[in-house]
Amino acid sequence: MSRRISFAALVAAAGALALAGAAHATDITGAGSTFVYPVLSKWSAQYSAQTGNHVNYQSIGSGAGIAQIKAGTVDFGASDKPMSVDELKQSGLGQFPVVIGGIVPVVNVEGIGAGQLKLDGPTLAKIFLGEIATWNDPAIAALNPGVKLPDARITVVHRSDGSGTSFNFTDYLSKVSPAWKTKVGEGTSVQWPAGVGGKGNEGVAAYVKQIRNSIGYVEYAYALQNKMAYALLRNSSGQYVQPSMDSFAAAAATADWDHAQDFNLVMTNAPGANAFPIAATTWVIMYKHPKNAERSKIAFEFFKWSLEQGQQEARSLDYVPLPDSLVQRIENYWKTQFKM
Amino acid sequence: MALALLGAALSMAWGGREAFATFGWKFLISTDWDAVNHRFGALVPVIGTLVTALIAMLIAVPVSFGIALFLTEVAPAWLRAPVASAIELLAGIPSIIYGMWGLFVFAPFMAAHVDPWIDAHLGSLPAIGIFFSGPPLGLGMLTAGIVLAIMVIPFISSVMREVFLTVPARLKESAYALGSTTWEVAWHIVLPYTRQAVIGGVFLGLGRALGETMAVTFVLGNAHQLTASLLMPGNSIAAVIANEFTEADSELYRSSLIALGFLLFVVTFAVLVVARLMLRQMERKQGRA
Repeated sequence: MSRRISFAALVAAAGALALAGAAHATDITGAGSTFVYPVLSKWSAQYSAQTGNHVNYQSIGSGAGIAQIKAGTVDFGASDKPMSVDELKQSGLGQFPVVIGGIVPVVNVEGIGAGQLKLDGPTLAKIFLGEIATWNDPAIAALNPGVKLPDARITVVHRSDGSGTSFNFTDYLSKVSPAWKTKVGEGTSVQWPAGVGGKGNEGVAAYVKQIRNSIGYVEYAYALQNKMAYALLRNSSGQYVQPSMDSFAAAAATADWDHAQDFNLVMTNAPGANAFPIAATTWVIMYKHPKNAERSKIAFEFFKWSLEQGQQEARSLDYVPLPDSLVQRIENYWKTQFKM
Repeated sequence: MALALLGAALSMAWGGREAFATFGWKFLISTDWDAVNHRFGALVPVIGTLVTALIAMLIAVPVSFGIALFLTEVAPAWLRAPVASAIELLAGIPSIIYGMWGLFVFAPFMAAHVDPWIDAHLGSLPAIGIFFSGPPLGLGMLTAGIVLAIMVIPFISSVMREVFLTVPARLKESAYALGSTTWEVAWHIVLPYTRQAVIGGVFLGLGRALGETMAVTFVLGNAHQLTASLLMPGNSIAAVIANEFTEADSELYRSSLIALGFLLFVVTFAVLVVARLMLRQMERKQGRA
């Protein structure tokens, strides 16, 4: 008897909770990029504390995120690789960047600390092509006068899983090296000519730390947290640039957004004098004429809040806030392109 | 059961039809895996799967036999139960833990101590040298095979121990009474009596070794390169699927991954059938003798 009562009470309580939830808050759902997950979940927690609306984000990968928004199972998708203008038009979708990150080459060479090794794009491409096989190769030595480079075989470490990090890295190599563009090309996963593959940023970081004389690439935050020896890169105006919040932001500010319809622009090899050459962003993808206007409206409110007030949170997680000029541009894009 | 099995196989074949239609038989023999230019081939992961499973079984079967024999015939009674439960507990550890242990503990050990020794001593041998030469990365087929062996030993050895216990005491005692050593009893009485079940246990381990995903992904090196050397990184079917499925952004790419899944099914099935046939052959020979 008592058991039956408690069960009934439980059902009633659950029902009351569900009703209360429906009356006060709306849950919107998104899916996609793993890169943006830490900051999106932090934004979501703060936003729901302020407004009561929850944002439920599943970090299932960019490709899967695009598939989900196309299938209409989520309110927004997030991808580290922009969708083409044609593809967006076909599905009635629009996209805009929400946060910026940087990707840095990291090395494990005895005697070389963070920021002590200088590389340029073509040399980096040759290393990843396997054409430069030892650290004391004349091409590397010429960029590093005074640095003692060992006569040791280079082990290349790349991502084994498909990822936006690989996409931005290979996009950069394609832009600076014609040989890379024809032999390998750019993509979330490519046919790597050399080396070993680690799963995720943490896998690459672990491999680079363990394998002597190796070189890999990771998101900036991983290089910082693991205290890895990152290399400086020469940007398109000939400067060697430290990877930092400022140099990633410079890349975002100087990238040529004017000519990028639907923000379809990968901001690697940006032109600014202080721009770090491999900066990355994540695009949020939404329907221009959504089926459920109310949920879509809440999603826009959430991203408006994120772009205007959430960017400092992003900074604490080692993401780079979007420059104000870019935020302006995005809000204009919303007004002109989306039915809100 | 059979229906569910058939359904799973058919749905995977159906999912992979686009890959099979596009590449035909070349899918099986191509070493390409190029998502940018949409060229896919299964040879590297298929070979990686078979080689790592083979290394694992070469190590795991004799070791498991030794453990089971020790626990049933040699060890003092007070030691048997605790050691047996300890080994069974090993079977409950999630595979990602083995992977992390492999990556952070075992791979550096291989890189510092084992790989250089193998490269120096076996790498220069004629004919088999190419299997054992390479840079000391600590990652690769050999490391993956050894980690797999450690993962399947609990399965195989607990099955072996259980069935060794079923051997009637009078059979063993008659043999001991005739002056047999422990080894002779194991080889001539225990093993023939339990052979079917022992082989069942080995298959169980083999199935796990062929399909293992996470642990292998961590230590195999995940490189789409075909090399003879066991010290070099390779790839396995399960690892490729786990790594690349989330970002497979074209239909053909996804279809190729599902086709790989189908191939894993076929490979596992073929290995089991071949093993069964060999077993039957052995039995026939023994019947004649």
